[in-house]
Amino acid sequence: MADYTIVVGLEVHVQLQTASKLFCGCANRFNPDHPNTQTCPVCLGLPGSLPVMNRKAFELSVKTALALNCTIAGFTKWDRKQYYYPDLPKNYQISQYDLPFSYDGWLDIAADEADAPARRIGIIRAHLEEDAGKNIHDETGRGNDSQVDLNRTGTPLLEIVSQPDLRSAAEARRYLEELRLLLTYLDVSDCNMQEGSLRCDANVNLHVYTPDGKHIPTPITEVKNMNSFRNVELAIEYEAKRQYEEFQRTKHRLGDVPKSTRGWDANRELTYPLRSKEEAADYRYLPDPDLVPVTVTDEQVEEIKAELCEFPADRRERLQAAYILSAYDASVIISQGISFADYFEAVAKTCGDGKMAANWVTQDVLREIKERQLPEGSYPLPAEVLGTLLAQIHANVITTKSGRDVFQILLDEQSDASPVTPDRVMQIIDDNGLKVVNDTGQLTAAIDEVLGRGSSQQAVDAFRGGKENAIGPLIGQVMKQVKGADPKQVREMIVQRLKEE
Amino acid sequence: MADHITRHEVLKVAHLARLKLTPEEVEQFTAQLSDVLSYVTRLDELDTEDVEPMAHAVELTNVFREDEIRPSIPIGDALANSPKTDGRFFLVPQILDAE
Amino acid sequence: MSIAGLSAVELLAKMQSGDVSAVEVTAAHLDVIARRDPAVHAFLHVDRDGALVQAEAVDRKRKAGEALGSLAGVPVAIKDVICTVGQPTTCGSKMLKDYRSPFDAFVIERLRQADAVLVGKANLDEFAMGSSTENSAYQPTCNPWDLKKTPGGSSGGSAAAVAAGMVPLALGTDTGGSIRQPAGFCGIVGMKPTYGRVSRYGLVAFASSLDQIGPMAHDTRDAALLLEAIAGHDHRDATSIPQPVPSYTQTLDEPLKDLTIGVPYEHFGDGLDPEVAHAVNAALDVYQQLGAKVVEISLPHLGYSVAAYYLIAPSEASSNLARYDGVHYGRRAKDFSDLIDMYATSRGEGFGSEVKRRIMLGTYALSAGYYDAYYLKALKVRRLIREDFDKAFAEVDVIASPVSPTPAFNIGEFVNDPLAMYLADIFTLSGNLAGIPGMSVPAGFSTYGLPIGLQLQGPPLSEERLLRAARMFERETDWHRQRPSLD
Ligand SMILES: [Mg+2]
Ligand SMILES: [Zn+2]
Repeated sequence: MADYTIVVGLEVHVQLQTASKLFCGCANRFNPDHPNTQTCPVCLGLPGSLPVMNRKAFELSVKTALALNCTIAGFTKWDRKQYYYPDLPKNYQISQYDLPFSYDGWLDIAADEADAPARRIGIIRAHLEEDAGKNIHDETGRGNDSQVDLNRTGTPLLEIVSQPDLRSAAEARRYLEELRLLLTYLDVSDCNMQEGSLRCDANVNLHVYTPDGKHIPTPITEVKNMNSFRNVELAIEYEAKRQYEEFQRTKHRLGDVPKSTRGWDANRELTYPLRSKEEAADYRYLPDPDLVPVTVTDEQVEEIKAELCEFPADRRERLQAAYILSAYDASVIISQGISFADYFEAVAKTCGDGKMAANWVTQDVLREIKERQLPEGSYPLPAEVLGTLLAQIHANVITTKSGRDVFQILLDEQSDASPVTPDRVMQIIDDNGLKVVNDTGQLTAAIDEVLGRGSSQQAVDAFRGGKENAIGPLIGQVMKQVKGADPKQVREMIVQRLKEE
Repeated sequence: MADHITRHEVLKVAHLARLKLTPEEVEQFTAQLSDVLSYVTRLDELDTEDVEPMAHAVELTNVFREDEIRPSIPIGDALANSPKTDGRFFLVPQILDAE
Repeated sequence: MSIAGLSAVELLAKMQSGDVSAVEVTAAHLDVIARRDPAVHAFLHVDRDGALVQAEAVDRKRKAGEALGSLAGVPVAIKDVICTVGQPTTCGSKMLKDYRSPFDAFVIERLRQADAVLVGKANLDEFAMGSSTENSAYQPTCNPWDLKKTPGGSSGGSAAAVAAGMVPLALGTDTGGSIRQPAGFCGIVGMKPTYGRVSRYGLVAFASSLDQIGPMAHDTRDAALLLEAIAGHDHRDATSIPQPVPSYTQTLDEPLKDLTIGVPYEHFGDGLDPEVAHAVNAALDVYQQLGAKVVEISLPHLGYSVAAYYLIAPSEASSNLARYDGVHYGRRAKDFSDLIDMYATSRGEGFGSEVKRRIMLGTYALSAGYYDAYYLKALKVRRLIREDFDKAFAEVDVIASPVSPTPAFNIGEFVNDPLAMYLADIFTLSGNLAGIPGMSVPAGFSTYGLPIGLQLQGPPLSEERLLRAARMFERETDWHRQRPSLD
């Protein structure tokens, strides 16, 4: 029995893909090279400026909350979260406090054990707030000034707070992956952790088991500054060990000491104490008098729900059922995004063989996409063309190997100017005589000829001596003579022939 | 409602409000704020149990702006009133993250 | 034929008929400012050259036959808490001494469209916090009727500038009576519109749920003209009311038939100066002679409005003024040890004591553990106050009361008793809490020659009714025609 369980709750901030910022018309665009060029009196917090809520930001937020199975509040309002920081020009962040626009949702993630049922992670709430700017610290250690860039100030942020239901660093990582996939499916954010459009803080503590089977909750530490899912996993694993050692030393339980804040150092792979910029955390919330409440009717919720796309989890299950795919194949296809899943289904429907379509798209097509660095949503071959090709293989019109040759020819011919068409597949097969020969007469003659050769004798003896695959080369020679022959068929006929003698 | 404020609380509130006060101000505010606080305790005479708080003086809801980009202001204007700048950034004393 | 002291409407007529040019009007008023402001100190900044340039543009447009705005050539003073490009916007504070706004407030855009001449920025209590303009970081303003007295506040500079004939029109702002009380102290008309009737975009925030910009002028006609120019929906202010603005000037002279006036006598308590009570009662007699009905009404929670106000306004102010930290704009302290010390020192040195007092009070009222007891409680009392007014307006058309319990008090009288000054706002700040419109009309003088103002309040969006009611009284009296003798 492990000595403790890791208890993790994640606070994720996602930048919403609106054209303009949350409370002003400035462009919502990542632009670190030209600091302080995407600001205005409102997002600079100049005297006399006023915020007005971006409609699209609110709609994207409701869409996401519905996808997270949250309840949408009929009445919601905005509040001021007050703290002093140079990247927060008003020294308060317009956020939501006691009446967030959505709450009580959940997100299913795969369990640690392969075929165990999905793990349901609760979502406490999701609320809409404005982002702060960026502070750039002097790394030289000479204590020079810090630089402040307010380009990002006022960017719409959706904060998603999970229940502390995650029980391992791996689960935390899978939660983030599933969440990112959902957000890209909904097209609400590009979720780029490097650029900071998706950020994650982890609240970590332990349940340390006692001999009597009960457990002791340890004080919570908030871990910040993790800039990749990998680092989230590493940081949580590190924290678990550090907290366990600290517990053995101090025996502090939850509530004995205030919540601490630590930063993750990706280079040294450790966490270090961090003065929480929100310090004694008395945010002196007050309802923002400059913004009016928002009411949402059930009809509006239904309207938005109707427009929602199929969620990744649902589509994954459908693909497995509809095309008899393994959970693995389905998740590989789903993880490439909506467009790729559409492409797969088009190929599968055309060729009627889901498994084969899955293999080709997840191997050959993905390889071509990576090699040619094709942009999102564009493919080396139109889906119906690839589907038509795979249909021939499925119907044993050609062999898989010939299929690959045809695939290569099609790739070379394909160009945006004159895209290849499905009937081109048959032409190539015919031009190259790739059709699998079914009339055995031609094959029998070829086999007799090859077996008759003196050079084949050695292989024949070896086969008779029990070495099954000794006849490999003989099959090759027959294949050379009869283009489009099916190696499986040729093998069977040779074995048959040798057994008869 | 407490009807006065102690000198210790005045110092704590001054820190929360990022206000450096002179000793005279601390004494003066302790007295004056206590006057006001004792005056406002009269609100406790009123039963407001099921009264709706009124944060706005106007009953408007759902006021939005369309998601359209408006021109930002030139960097020169953004930094024009800045007490310290290098022409690209606002400059402030070193921000200490790590303790 | 002296131009100074004429009303805006009179000046407009003279300019339209060609009797006088816009440049002459502006030059004349600049002379009055040069002569009288050294004693009155109404202005923090006079834009002489800019004003003459604007006046010349009006004359050029008129000569070219181009269309002109409703205030073409009329000099206007702007309370220095309203953002104005090309002029300082100091808010009467050291914190923004050198601050130049890169954008115009909505009301400034409107005045420019109306071809008004923006003469300069008027003095005020720092960040509009106060009732005497003594909290200005620069200078106190003196009451033109008696230079030892305050002009009231926080729009004291605007009121004194109009009363002293330096400008015919001024913009003030009113969070707890800051237009109505100085208008009453200086014997002019001042109106706080319904909350949301005039956009707050570009108004430096004191208490965002209470602040309103409003007109200050010699009489109701000028006030109606100025209000018409600045009222209306602004998509950049989410609390701006999206309803069309009636033409106040057109209906001003139509008396209100069977007007019912409610009077909350229960609040005419001992603190009320007998001369003020006399002036108000005399005004009510005039209304009764005009056929209006005067009835007693009760506003049971009015007595709690000062307590509720001095929790709500400071709380919002402590948040609205958190941005003044010397980081991105405004005054940064010279010496400090680290970032937090820079904040605390910049703010400690940049703000005056009344602003610091209110920031402290608001921070305390919102701090952990006190929110429900103080701030939330005050928001609930605010609802009760609003409900009192709603009930009253079901019975009466307007509510009449004194603007202030006393005429103008001495400069320095309340300097170390802030609570006493707060209590003097009893009649006005309840209107801000309720969000209802209110105006002050000249209604007489004290034996010492100090003006006394009558307050009229109405239900939301009843500006037209208030102006017509005020005009009925104004037509029967000549208090609004009196001018202080300064030279
Ligand atoms: Mg947040
Ligand atoms: Zn902006």
